[in-house]
Amino acid sequence: MKKSYKCEIDCAACAAKVEEAIKKIDGVENVNINFLTQKMSITADEEKFNDILKSACKAGRKIEPDFSIDI
Amino acid sequence: MSKKLKKRLYKILIVSIIFFALIVADKMGKFSYLPQTLVFAMYFFPYIIIGYDVIIKAAKDILHGQIFNENFLMTVATAAAFLLGVFGDGQYPEALAVMLFYQIGELFQDYAVGKSRQSISQMMDIAPRYANLLKDGNIIETDPEEVHIGDMILIKPGEIVPLDGTVTQGSSFVDTGALTGESVPRKVDVGDKVISGCLNGESAVKVRVEKEYEDSTVSRILELVENASSKKAKLENFITKFAKYYTPAVTVFAVVLAIFVPVLFGVSWTQGIKRACNFLIISCPCALVISVPLGFFGGIGAASKIGILIKGSNFVEAASKLSVIVMDKTGTLTKGEFKVQKVIYNDGYSKEYLLMLAAIGEGFSNHPIAHSIIRAYGKTPDLTNVNNTKEISGRGIKASFESKQLILGNEKLMQSENIAYKQCEENGTLVYVAYDRAYIGCIVISDSIKAGAQEAVSEMKRAGVKSVVMLTGDHKNTAESIAKKLNIDKVISELLPQDKVNELEKIMKTTENCEEHLARVGKVGFVGDGINDAPVLMRSDVGIAMGSFGSDAAIEAADIVLMDDDIRKIPIVIRIAKKTMSIVKSNIAFALSVKFLILVLSAFGVVSMWAAVFGDVGVAVLCILNSMRALKFKTE
Repeated sequence: MKKSYKCEIDCAACAAKVEEAIKKIDGVENVNINFLTQKMSITADEEKFNDILKSACKAGRKIEPDFSIDI
Repeated sequence: MSKKLKKRLYKILIVSIIFFALIVADKMGKFSYLPQTLVFAMYFFPYIIIGYDVIIKAAKDILHGQIFNENFLMTVATAAAFLLGVFGDGQYPEALAVMLFYQIGELFQDYAVGKSRQSISQMMDIAPRYANLLKDGNIIETDPEEVHIGDMILIKPGEIVPLDGTVTQGSSFVDTGALTGESVPRKVDVGDKVISGCLNGESAVKVRVEKEYEDSTVSRILELVENASSKKAKLENFITKFAKYYTPAVTVFAVVLAIFVPVLFGVSWTQGIKRACNFLIISCPCALVISVPLGFFGGIGAASKIGILIKGSNFVEAASKLSVIVMDKTGTLTKGEFKVQKVIYNDGYSKEYLLMLAAIGEGFSNHPIAHSIIRAYGKTPDLTNVNNTKEISGRGIKASFESKQLILGNEKLMQSENIAYKQCEENGTLVYVAYDRAYIGCIVISDSIKAGAQEAVSEMKRAGVKSVVMLTGDHKNTAESIAKKLNIDKVISELLPQDKVNELEKIMKTTENCEEHLARVGKVGFVGDGINDAPVLMRSDVGIAMGSFGSDAAIEAADIVLMDDDIRKIPIVIRIAKKTMSIVKSNIAFALSVKFLILVLSAFGVVSMWAAVFGDVGVAVLCILNSMRALKFKTE
């Protein structure tokens, strides 16, 4: 399932790093974080989608403390 | 300016004033009698005010094992500068100044990015916020996503059409300006289709929804533009890769400088550390990481403003290198509106008889030529006695009418069927008609050249395209007369639809070969109206589909989509692409050379931390400002 969310990301370099970290989460097929539009589109396992989203948020925060996803 | 930015601005203003006062007092020698600790405190206090968020972030980053980022490097550099003051010359202005200017630069950077984000979102402001759903006689304002196929909606005057559908009641004018960039009001009546994203004019219309919101034109367009940045240009990938290695490499160099320069070259330890600090400050690749994608996004945004959708930065890159443009004739260079120009009947038959036979033969066909013949016939052909109608691709139609054979098509068909036809010398598409093995006559059908086609071709050449090629299924003479009028370099005529891909591939091969001598590979673009061209659009380097308002197949297959059918937009896309590429390239060249220069000078201890701060945030701000130019593209 693919969905896109608004997210807060403060710099372009962090966006790339956060992207990489989220890609490593189990069940995530693909993720794209756009620093300019402040949007994250994520393709992931439908059954575990909510859990994945939570861990994505966590993983992002580890790299960039200001990272957040508007769910 | 947002609240967050304003708060930062005030903070910067206050600390700047303090900083200025401290410098003045210091220069006047007021501090020489004060105890060292007090002087330190006077500089350290404003440093904390201006830099506490950076320091806190740096601390958090260390806990998460992230050391190669700006916050951490900036904290280390300024802390080292303070320590040098404490244990050395008692000079602190530099440490405070570095943090202050870093913050000023960051503020500028965020402001500039915010500005361009704003102008991008303004362009994206075609998304409908609600739909007026008609349910049981009530009007309910609903989220467009909750409206489904078959629902009835009301579109009031001045509202954006929220979903694609058909008008069932009322009539109005809709303006396609937001999608095509040119505001041309189009009249819609009962039975006409309306496309989401258009602006409704003076009166309300009832519309039956025909597509879910996510499949509607407007949301597809928005998705395309937003996802455009995920298809990255080669240059962008290069920058991402570069950034990955650049920061760690420079940091390692900094450590090397701090340790080995004093040991090997007898420079003082403080000097070694100072030089290393410069390296740390300049080690952030922000200038590139932000400005390059911003430039591409700006170019894509500028194009979408005038109704041109570019599906990715990689296509901006490719479009800037277009050297051959292959164009389909019908519907692209010509209007695609066929009209019977002349009816030449053989001795012993009449015009009406010829047209009737032709109309009967074409009665089952959906081809534009068939429509034009039926229109010329003026009546609905009686198809009761027609059997076994067979279309022969690229040739014509065979059928049986009242148990006798009816053949209509081009010369090739007449020849293969051994009909004694009389050759016709007119320009246009020729349809020969034979019935019961006798030649009845010939119908001349032609298509008119689109307004601006000539201008478009010459503008393309001015924009750097070396050759324009036309592909068509038409007869050689017709094709060449059109090509001559339009100044087209090469014509490939009498093609069957399936030949187009082969011809394109041939052109692509020869282009690559001859370009080798120029040490630069030119790209081949294909322009088509998207109806039968999907394979050719996909095969070309840059597939440009036009007039594809609502045509899903074309939007899918093409790399660049022109929302209307104005081919004059093709040279404009090339110009936008070229401008974008030159901005991006100049940013890369500027940022890399300034950074490299300051690195070298720092290594030899020639420049101070001030230069390093400029090399970091100063360069970033300049690059961002430069990238913002990509957003502004004037058609004239």
